[in-house]
Amino acid sequence: MTIYLDFEKPLAELEGKAEELRAMARSGEGVDLEEEAAALDGKAAAMLAQLYKDLTPWRKTQVARHPQRPHCIDYVEALFSEFTPLAGDRNFAEDQAVIGGLARFDDRPVMVIGHEKGHDTQTRLERNFGMARPEGYRKAIRLMQMADRFGLPVITLVDTPGAYPGKGAEERGQSEAIARSTETCLGLGVPLVSVIIGEGGSGGAVAFATANRVAMLEHSIYSVISPEGCASILWKDAEKMREAAEALRLTAQDLKKLGVIDRIVPEPLGGAHRDAEATIGAVGEALGAMLGELGGQSRDKLRADRRQKFLDMGTKGLAA
Amino acid sequence: MNWISNYVRPRINSIFSRREMPENLWTKCDECGTMLFHRELAENLNVCTSCGHHMAMRPRARFRALFDAGVFSEVAVPQPMPDPLHFRDQKKYPDRMKAAQKATGEKEAMLVAQGEIGRTPVVAAAQDFSFMGGSMGMYVGNAIIAAAQRAVETKRPLILFSAAGGARMQEGILSLMQMPRTTVAVEMVKEAGLPYIVVLTHPTTGGVTASYAMLGDIQIAEPGALICFAGPRVIEQTIREKLPEGFQRAEYLLDHGMLDRVTHRKDMREELITLTRMLMGLPPAVKGDLPAPGAALPDADTEAQQSEPAQG
Repeated sequence: MTIYLDFEKPLAELEGKAEELRAMARSGEGVDLEEEAAALDGKAAAMLAQLYKDLTPWRKTQVARHPQRPHCIDYVEALFSEFTPLAGDRNFAEDQAVIGGLARFDDRPVMVIGHEKGHDTQTRLERNFGMARPEGYRKAIRLMQMADRFGLPVITLVDTPGAYPGKGAEERGQSEAIARSTETCLGLGVPLVSVIIGEGGSGGAVAFATANRVAMLEHSIYSVISPEGCASILWKDAEKMREAAEALRLTAQDLKKLGVIDRIVPEPLGGAHRDAEATIGAVGEALGAMLGELGGQSRDKLRADRRQKFLDMGTKGLAA
Repeated sequence: MNWISNYVRPRINSIFSRREMPENLWTKCDECGTMLFHRELAENLNVCTSCGHHMAMRPRARFRALFDAGVFSEVAVPQPMPDPLHFRDQKKYPDRMKAAQKATGEKEAMLVAQGEIGRTPVVAAAQDFSFMGGSMGMYVGNAIIAAAQRAVETKRPLILFSAAGGARMQEGILSLMQMPRTTVAVEMVKEAGLPYIVVLTHPTTGGVTASYAMLGDIQIAEPGALICFAGPRVIEQTIREKLPEGFQRAEYLLDHGMLDRVTHRKDMREELITLTRMLMGLPPAVKGDLPAPGAALPDADTEAQQSEPAQG
């Protein structure tokens, strides 16, 4: 069952009707309704294409947060072999909002790290909706340093509303953990490539995405603050999230123009959740291509280029 | 409900309140409510003489109090592209910038300077909370990079006074990218074997705390400073419970192992001198007030020689 977003309501009706007709035909009335159903399918496909042709930034935000969107675990299971999760920050706890471990990508050993949001109520609670606590970042730091020691490339998959704003997280140094994680990314002498697969929420995303190469899925977002948060601060009204999403330039297309990301990975029509397999495959190709670009580079060059990439950022503006 | 309460009392009140609050001369302590005379307050480094509350201090005032005889030279900061996103909320970003520049008399939210403290050459950067909440955008990023580069070129320690509500939303993702950018700057200083000392002042929050403000070799905070990633209001909304007294204040962070020291503003200069000299392997400083260094500063190569008095 597809879950429809509010702007997809007319589409839901069409697809629902087609489904109903088919169900009627199946229940053995003997009537052939396939032709009508196919006509509705055609209409629905046209509408889908129309809806997704020019998604507004706010609609993209909704697609990026779609509950059925493939999550980190789906990518890890499909794209990697021998994935062996490694747990804990060795200081305080294991944070399930971040998964990480050794795995093989194209048979080559790598370290893969990402935010996991969970796929149903129970796992979402366990994963804290992908909002990491300091332990999550400290685990990532530990794993990145291990990869660095053994010369393994690091792959990060970013999908978080942001770092968790909680009492314990603050007491245990949320900001320090994020700062150190960014610092660790910058110091790595191995390739670091990152894909924003859903939400790239502020510092919680930067902590993993300070990479040699950064890709974004077509309808994912990457922003300094959520549109709702920005609206409530600058417009004093959280309901102005559409305007805020527009102003923040948080879409993959705008960020590519600004030189903040390197490539956009196309999504199937109607968003990643409509064809998870194709989406995951496309991300796999992008990862392979990005790792290929960095292959054979020395530790010093990888580090120096990564730093320069971020130092140079902001020299490219949006054309008016 | 008669003419005495409706007409006479407001009139009397307005006369008295006007007399009680002559503008500019008196500042009310936001902690204890004591009225403080501006000159006395400035002499006391903007610390309330009654309760010890540390009020905001603008960068120029801070540098005058920090450097020997108040002498410093400004380090030029490369101007970033203005309004890269063409950002517009209820106001246009360039209009907000102009208003902030007019209100503060400063170009942007960070000032970088070099000079001597206790005859120890240092580079210092200070964030200006009164300029759009000290928010970190491309200029602040450029300022920190310029400060780091100057520190490395001249082999000086870098001292950074932080004060910010976080990243500047009007620069969107480019403000977020200042987190890695400023972290690169910090790394340059550290790799050159030079000390990087952060003085966290009220308030230091958000992306600023989650980047350069938490990466110091030594982390010192001013008493009572709010230091956090997520602000108390956001947390209360998330967990729906009241936070403990003093949560996220400097003393609380010290207790939780997040800071090296909490130091009163009047002792800060001496402490910075002591620490930087030890880390730089220099002999102990001669204590006390020092006259200005020789007529010409050894490497005063930028526009401003000495700052104009500014209020804190």
